[in-house]
Amino acid sequence: MSNVLIVAEVQNQTIKPATLTAITFAREAATRTGGQVHAVVIGQGIDGAAQEMAKYVATVHAVDGDAYGHPLAEMYAQAIAGAQKASNAALICMAATAHGKDVLPRAAALLEAGMASDVLGFAEASGLAMRRPIQAGNVIATVEITSTIKLVSTRPTEFEAAAPAAQAGTVGALNVTLTAPKTRHVKFDKVTSERPELTDARVVVSGGRGLKDAESFHKLMEPLADKLGAAIGASRAVVDSGWVPNDLQVGQTGKVVAPELYIAVGISGAIQHVAGMKSSKAIVAINKDAEAPIFQIADYGLVADLFKAVPELMEKL
Amino acid sequence: MKILVTVKRVTDYERKVKITPDGSAIITEGMNFVPNPFDEIAVEEALRLQKAHGGEVVVVSIGAKDATTQIRQALAMGADRGILVLSDELDSDAVARVLVKLVAEEKPDLVIMGKQATDDDANQAGQLLAGYLGWPQATFASKTEGLESEAEKAQKPGVVIENGEALVLREVDGGLETIAVTLPAVVTTDLRLNHPRFASLPGIMKAKKKEVKEVPIASLGIDVTPKVKNVKFAEPPTRKAGVKVADVAELVAKLKNEAKVL
Repeated sequence: MSNVLIVAEVQNQTIKPATLTAITFAREAATRTGGQVHAVVIGQGIDGAAQEMAKYVATVHAVDGDAYGHPLAEMYAQAIAGAQKASNAALICMAATAHGKDVLPRAAALLEAGMASDVLGFAEASGLAMRRPIQAGNVIATVEITSTIKLVSTRPTEFEAAAPAAQAGTVGALNVTLTAPKTRHVKFDKVTSERPELTDARVVVSGGRGLKDAESFHKLMEPLADKLGAAIGASRAVVDSGWVPNDLQVGQTGKVVAPELYIAVGISGAIQHVAGMKSSKAIVAINKDAEAPIFQIADYGLVADLFKAVPELMEKL
Repeated sequence: MKILVTVKRVTDYERKVKITPDGSAIITEGMNFVPNPFDEIAVEEALRLQKAHGGEVVVVSIGAKDATTQIRQALAMGADRGILVLSDELDSDAVARVLVKLVAEEKPDLVIMGKQATDDDANQAGQLLAGYLGWPQATFASKTEGLESEAEKAQKPGVVIENGEALVLREVDGGLETIAVTLPAVVTTDLRLNHPRFASLPGIMKAKKKEVKEVPIASLGIDVTPKVKNVKFAEPPTRKAGVKVADVAELVAKLKNEAKVL
């Protein structure tokens, strides 16, 4: 038992980009365990996605059925546990997306296995000790999973997207017997936005409490985002104040992003926030407080009144 | 309706923690301890549901004797009684298995927990508990109404209980999902679910008289050997500070010519 199983996520009939980053981790893990990489693709009408996944791994287990029409943890966790048995996997990994965070620990309970969350990579040149952030990103812990089966959720921003393998793998259907469902999907309200998704965006503009109130947040940040084709993010303080929905929160307890350009506007730079954006390629900070901790990590710091600097930036872009 | 709600004593997430020089431990001496902020949201939600549907709110903490402080804080907010499982630090899996035992004893209709503790940031215990119990789960609960809405001011619960189900709005990638879970169920809370109340002075006085039962972990008869062990701690790699620019014009020039991101 040394195979590695990757749990693929399907979105709009295709493999979600975050899954490709988890494949990179899975391949490295398989070289360490001496096993093969398997994948499980779960959903309703997922033939296309399963074929796509087969470009990356040796064996794909396709769990297809009406019960998987919506990504409900109760059913998906059982499918993952079933795929563990079918693949004889010692290590199961999945990207730490909203769905991954929901379903993977439940699968760990079904398998009575230990799980490491939000893993950044392996700790040593060999072996399976891993690094993960704790204490709001203040500390990097090296963890060892002692159970025979090990589950790992991987932080998408820490791994490159994998390229297809030299040789495509095979797809096989897998049937899983489910318990009577106790979870019902009621509705999904897609957030319709012309802007890119926060975790996939090339540019992120993020606002903090320096913007004073919800109205100025929207008045200043939205045009700036539109001008740059950027996604909008926010600090925890802003989410706490109810100016924007929680899903815009960048930080250890929110979304972790690593865009090419991150512009922090009126954000002081609490460790909690920095833990969610410090892998960005270029970081810009605009803040009137020259002592704000955000300047300690920013590539380009502008000490200025954001209510003047942001409109001026709009003009010059 | 009976609700079990968990509160973990954690280091203040706004303060920087220190590590011993050999990287073997985190120095908690002299640190400020607070209830896990997501757990305070869980307690608040439990109290609102109790107000709407009646019943009892039982607060559980697992930890050393000093976690009594955090239980008392929840009791001061209005919870009815507390249970402290006396134990060393456990991994998420052991926490879930301790809670399985307490659920068997207390038979709650709902367990509400913070989505993650701000010390180990695992985001697992609620899902593990639901998995072990075979109960449905609704993680990262939020609500449609904003935190500045009238519903929030009226302390209306975000979780809707009707016909033996809990309706929960969840913020997921790309949108908002509503699911219905058959009770009994496990719900974990996200930031936007509510603003936790502050304890009132009469609440604090009353809390002193409320029962906190202490349960030695050995009496539960479970193996708490960790499945995930922290073997070393280190500071995160620091990112070097760059340059300060004089004005917006210089900033734009640097982004175009130096960083080449525009």
